[in-house]
Amino acid sequence: MTDAPLPIKDPSRLSLWWQSDFMYTFKRSPVAVVSFAVVTLMVMAAIFAPLIAPYNPFDPASLNLMNGFSAPMEPNAFTGETFWLGTDDQGRDVFSTILYGMRISLFVGAAAVLFAMVLGITLGLLAGYVGGWTETVIMRVADVQLTFPAILVAMLIFGVAKGITPVEYRDQMAIWVLIIAIGLSDWVQFARVVRGATLVEKNKEYVQAARLIGRTSPAIMIKHILPNVLSPVLVIATISLALAIIAEATLSFLGVGAPPTQPSLGTLIRIGQGFLFSGEWWILLFPAVTLLVLALSVNLLGDWLRDALNPRLR
Amino acid sequence: MLAYIIQRVAQSALVLLIVGLVAFSMFRFVGDPIDNMLGQERTQADIERLRTQLGLDQPFPVQYVKFLGGAVQGNFGVSYRQGRPVSDILMERAPATLELAAVSGFLAIAIGIALGVFTAIRRDGFTANAIMSLSLIGVSLPTFLIGILLIYLFSVELGWLPSFGRGDTVRIGSWTTGFLTESGLKALILPSITLGLYQMTLIMRLVRSEMLEVLRQDYIRFARARGLRDRAVNFRHALKNTLVPVITVTGLQLGSIIAFAIITETVFQWPGVGLLFINAIQFVDIPVMAAYLMLISVMFVGINLIVDLLYFSIDPRLRADRTKAH
Repeated sequence: MTDAPLPIKDPSRLSLWWQSDFMYTFKRSPVAVVSFAVVTLMVMAAIFAPLIAPYNPFDPASLNLMNGFSAPMEPNAFTGETFWLGTDDQGRDVFSTILYGMRISLFVGAAAVLFAMVLGITLGLLAGYVGGWTETVIMRVADVQLTFPAILVAMLIFGVAKGITPVEYRDQMAIWVLIIAIGLSDWVQFARVVRGATLVEKNKEYVQAARLIGRTSPAIMIKHILPNVLSPVLVIATISLALAIIAEATLSFLGVGAPPTQPSLGTLIRIGQGFLFSGEWWILLFPAVTLLVLALSVNLLGDWLRDALNPRLR
Repeated sequence: MLAYIIQRVAQSALVLLIVGLVAFSMFRFVGDPIDNMLGQERTQADIERLRTQLGLDQPFPVQYVKFLGGAVQGNFGVSYRQGRPVSDILMERAPATLELAAVSGFLAIAIGIALGVFTAIRRDGFTANAIMSLSLIGVSLPTFLIGILLIYLFSVELGWLPSFGRGDTVRIGSWTTGFLTESGLKALILPSITLGLYQMTLIMRLVRSEMLEVLRQDYIRFARARGLRDRAVNFRHALKNTLVPVITVTGLQLGSIIAFAIITETVFQWPGVGLLFINAIQFVDIPVMAAYLMLISVMFVGINLIVDLLYFSIDPRLRADRTKAH
C-alpha cells in the first residue's frame, strides 16, 4: 500500500501574515485589538461621513434655525424633531458636525505626519549616509528646533504663513497651512531616528556589496537602506499621529487653525466652550469626548506597536 | 572645563543669532512695513522718505545688525495693531504670565515630588496605584480640555472660583501683582493647576522611577540595617540621590511652562504674554510675534545653558568623561 503524497498546500500570503509573530502578539493584547477597532471605526466614519451623517451641516438649505439648541434625544420645542446628540445654536446636528469635524482632524493629522515623515526620512537618510557638512547642518537645525516645544514652532509657522497668504485666500489655505506647520514642527524625530539607523546600516556588508556593483547613492539609500530602517519610523508615525491630532485640535481651539467654515474637532470645542455657561453642555461635551477617544486609542495603539516591534522586549 | 563652557556659550549665542535672523526676516519679508505704517494717501516721496528714515534702503546685513542692536536694548518697534511700542506692551503683560508660571511651577514641583515619593514607597498600595492610573489620563488629556473641565466643575457647577481674568491686582511700581488680593489669589487657582498638571505628572513619574531605582541599592539596605528610621532613609538617603535628574528635567520643563501658558491663558482669558502672542498671530501683528519669538528663545536657550552647566558641575562622572574625550 502506498501512501498518496500528502497534499502540501502552499500557505497563502494572507495566512502566513495571520500566523506571524506580529499578529500573534496583536491577537493576544486586548488593548491593541480594542484600540485598533476604535481607530478603524472612527476612520471609516470619517471617510464615509457624507453617507452616514443624517444632515449636511454645511448646506444652509437643510438648516432650520428653529431647531437650534435642541437637547440630545429630546424633541425640539418648536419643530418636534429629535437629534441624537442635540444641535448647536444654528440648528446644526451635533452628530453630523462631529463626523465632518473628525474628517478634517484626521485628514490634517495624517497629512501632517506624512509630510513630517517624508521630510524627516529624506533628511535623516542624507545626514546618515552622506555625512560631512550635510550632516552637520541638518542635525544642528534639528537640535535648535528641538529646543522649542513643537506646538510653539507650529504656531509661529502658522502665523508667518498667514502673513504671507493674501487675505482673501486665508480661510481656504488654512487647512494646508496647518498641515505644513504641524508637519514642519515634527520632522526632527523622524530625522534623528533614521539617521541613527542609517549610520548602523551603511557599514553592513550588503550596502558595501551594493556599492561595489556600482549602484548609485540614491538607489542605495532608497532601495537598500530605507526598508531596513522603517520599523522604528512606523512606531514614531503612530505616536506622532496622536500628537498631531492633539496639536491640530489645540491650534484650532486657540483660533489659529481650522476656520469656522471648515471646523475640526478643535474648532467645535472652541465653539462649544461659548455655550458652557448657558447650560448647553452637549455642544462642547460630544466633540471633546470624540477627540479624547480618538487621541487615546491612537496613543495606545502606538504604545503597543512600540513594544511589539521592539525585539528586546520579546 | 573652561573650554566646555566657552563652547556651550558660543553655541547658545549662535542659536540666538539664527533665531534673530528668522525674527528679522519675518519683519522684513512678511508684508511691507511701509504699507503697514503709511495710510492710503501717500506719495512716492513719503514712501522714499520713510524708507530712508527706517533704514530700509540699506543692505540686508546692515539692517540685520541694526535690528539685533535694537533687540538687545529691548527695542522691537511698534505694534501694527495697537500702535504702541512692543516693549511697553510686553512689560505690561509680563507680570501676569510670570506669576502664573511661578505658581504652577511651584505646584508642579512640590506636589510632583511628594506624590512621586509616596507612590514609590507604597508601591503596591491601592492609593498609589490609583494615583498612577490617574496620571496616565492626565497625560493623555490635552491642556485646554483640562482647563475647560476645571471651569465647568468649579465655576459653572459649584460657582466657587472665577473662570476668567486675574481678579483685582495691586500695582507696585511697574509690576502688577495678583498675590495681594483675595480675588487675585482665587483667580490664580484654576489656571495654575491647568498649567502645572502636565509637568506635575511628569515630575511625579520621574521621581517615582528614580526612587524605585535608588531604594534597591545596597546603601539603603545598610542604612536600614543600621536601624535608621524609615523617614530618614527615604528622605535623607534615597530622595537626595534622585534629585540630579529631577533638577535637570524640571529646569528644562520651566521653559515649556512659559510656552504652554499660551494655551492656559487663552482658556482663562488671562491677560499675559501668551494671550498677546495668540492675538498677534490672529491679526498678523509681526513686530509682536518677532519680539515674543526673541524673548522666548532667549529664555529657552538660557535655561538650556544653565541646566547643562549645572549638570556639568553637579555630576563629576560627566566631567571625567568630557576631559577624556577632548
